[in-house]
Amino acid sequence: MKDFFDILSRKHTDFKVTPDLFMDIIHESPDITLPAKTAQEIREYKSRLTLEKTDKPAIIVGMGTCGLANGAQGVYDTFKEELEKRGIEAELISTGCVGYCAEEVIVDIKLPGYPRLSYARVTPKDVSNLIETTLINHEPLRDKVLGVYHEKSEKRWENLPVIDNIPFFKIQQKVVLENCGIIDPENIDQYIVRGGYKGLSRVLKNMSPEDVIEDTLKAGLRGRGGGGFKTGMKWKFARQSEGDKKYLICNADEGDPGAFMDRAILEGDPHRVVEGMVIAAYAIGASEGYIYCRAEYPLAIRRLRKTLADAEKYGLLGDNILNSGFNFKLKIKEGAGAFVCGEETALINSIEGNRGMPRPRPPYPTTEGLWGKPTVINNVETFANVPVIIRRGADWYASIGTATSKGTKIFALSGKVKNVGLVEVPMGTTLRQIVFDVGGGIPDGRRFKAVQIGGPSGGALPESVIDTAIDYENLKEIGAMMGSGGLVVMDETTCMVDLAKYFMTFIMSESCGKCIPCREGTKRLYETLERLTRSYKNENDPEEALLRFQGMVYLERLAKVITTTSLCGLGQTAANPVLSTLHYFRDEYEAHLYERKCPAGVCKELLTYKIDTDKCTGCTLCAIKCPVDAIVGERKKAHYIISDKCTRCGQCMMNCNFNAIYVE
Amino acid sequence: MNNQSIFEAYPRNDASLLIPLLQNIQTEFGYLPEDQLEKVAEHIGIPLSRVYGVATFYNQFRLKPLGKYVIRVCRGTACHVKGSLDILRILESELGIKAGDTTKDLMFSIETVACIGACSIAPVIVINDEYFGGLTPKSIQKLIKKFKDKG
Repeated sequence: MKDFFDILSRKHTDFKVTPDLFMDIIHESPDITLPAKTAQEIREYKSRLTLEKTDKPAIIVGMGTCGLANGAQGVYDTFKEELEKRGIEAELISTGCVGYCAEEVIVDIKLPGYPRLSYARVTPKDVSNLIETTLINHEPLRDKVLGVYHEKSEKRWENLPVIDNIPFFKIQQKVVLENCGIIDPENIDQYIVRGGYKGLSRVLKNMSPEDVIEDTLKAGLRGRGGGGFKTGMKWKFARQSEGDKKYLICNADEGDPGAFMDRAILEGDPHRVVEGMVIAAYAIGASEGYIYCRAEYPLAIRRLRKTLADAEKYGLLGDNILNSGFNFKLKIKEGAGAFVCGEETALINSIEGNRGMPRPRPPYPTTEGLWGKPTVINNVETFANVPVIIRRGADWYASIGTATSKGTKIFALSGKVKNVGLVEVPMGTTLRQIVFDVGGGIPDGRRFKAVQIGGPSGGALPESVIDTAIDYENLKEIGAMMGSGGLVVMDETTCMVDLAKYFMTFIMSESCGKCIPCREGTKRLYETLERLTRSYKNENDPEEALLRFQGMVYLERLAKVITTTSLCGLGQTAANPVLSTLHYFRDEYEAHLYERKCPAGVCKELLTYKIDTDKCTGCTLCAIKCPVDAIVGERKKAHYIISDKCTRCGQCMMNCNFNAIYVE
Repeated sequence: MNNQSIFEAYPRNDASLLIPLLQNIQTEFGYLPEDQLEKVAEHIGIPLSRVYGVATFYNQFRLKPLGKYVIRVCRGTACHVKGSLDILRILESELGIKAGDTTKDLMFSIETVACIGACSIAPVIVINDEYFGGLTPKSIQKLIKKFKDKG
């Protein structure tokens, strides 16, 4: 297929396209006059890319990991087959995730002259129907419609919701995710035509590295990986560091359970990250860079490889970028699955081929990083913010957000909430707005209990604080942390002690083991919580009961010791889930401790399984399935559970066809 | 198996290539056989103990072969609050192995992962490359039976 490169490199006239002119031509700089024929060809190609003026329909299938997990490949293949079978000429495009994961598979159809139309929950079975109604009869398939995009077009779809107005999108402000789910991530031209690499060409042409740093500072961009350190500051330190060679690293090792925003950006708009990186490299004077990406994200890695190859072909990476004399080489390094590698010094160790263990700071990586050279490490989302700051200006960027936290933040909304997905909101939005307005509240008529924010480093927040406006400072104040932006909603069926235990299990297995507070401390925390959730029966030792209380007495103190004495960020924040649940849900801890009860009905050992004698038909299935013969009763008569024998495996409840078994 | 070509692609004595080399070997063999680890140590020019240290530090590496069906159970927060621990326990009891192990007949392996990133369909597992989401204790039993029957 032809692309910008082909069009511009062909010689229509004596006009010579140099790499630095390249971007200006595509972005239609006013002082360049192109030969009429080339200009015409570019204009046509551009409108084809933006799908603004096309002569054939386009079908766009959302194929991020979430889409694929929901069966997007099958939908794509069926479209391909059906279109061929019917001899319909249409463009079939695969794109990243638009963010509305709960409605996957999402398929957009763009007919010439009509605005883009989005369909939700499409299965291969719907394909034929969609082709029939939309492509052939030019009628929307109403019960599948998610909404239409707000676009200028000759014709309209009558009586359909506009995407921006449906609750999930209404308060969102897409800045970083503006292209995700809209463009084909593997097509560099689609990115360019939407203003991509404009920032980079401006930087290389008109700005000094100091200008770039100044702009980033002025915009108020802070690290989106968790800590929230000022990005411009970090760059400044690295710029001022002396060294014959400097490195730039993109931390794409998103190990946080419940967070997937980095993955979505890499899968949906990878060029944006690369552009941000080249700008940052120019600012600090780095000549080499790495993208350290989890091996668990195969699709992201595959797309990144193509992205780097395309950017090199266009002269946007490598030697003499856009004829400016600036060189920057970028490589992909696959991580091997270790949460601690998100910590910058551990990440550096991992790239160097060692175990990913952190080291004490200072010296900070900005003075002594990869192979002892000054190194800047930023997270995917941070880099993705950079191009837009340059393109739209630091002032514009700084106008979004709160006094201390600027711009937008992407959250991965999941758990017990109706609209699961990726949410981008301005800093300062409240948690309630995210959970209830965007997320649509709690399903199944249950009550909201808590929202866990910031992953293993964050905390669980109850309803009493969910009107807090989210920014770095506010979250810290109420005992949580921005983290990378995982936001897991919990209802009354979630046990907070169990949640704390879950995070301790995670941290315990992910702690690198280098420093004692983190290695041993989190294990002790876990044991204390484990004892809390144990029944009398499993206490063989009389001392156990005392240890339960003793552990509880020291729980908070231990948590604080771990926080203050651990070597790296992982350990320093490891106790946060315990501290926050202890602070906000102390009554639940007490119920476990004093009454040996789990109010949420989660901690298995503390539950009593019972049979509702009215509902039981005496089918004996539960008795057959019970591994310890704890269920007795006669055939066709109500059965009973002998509580002392019961091991709380739950097999009976799982297998009962009459919902006759319940827990207390 | 001839793996000379794997080593050829990596220059000798460059310690930073240790992890990619191990990844490459694991892709080829499905796990990291002992004799390969020795070769790696020799090729990179570092002690075997350090190779072993790295290989056991990262979750991705395995020192034992995998089964025909590799079941990855997501243990992310969203999956946890939606009951993935139950799913894991049922899998373990159905297959008679613990997470991290492989059945004797080399049919099934169970692994846990921190987060697959498909939180919208939690709780979710991946069998080889196929995703199964929205699981319940009942549906997981059916699913495993299907795979057992398939053989």
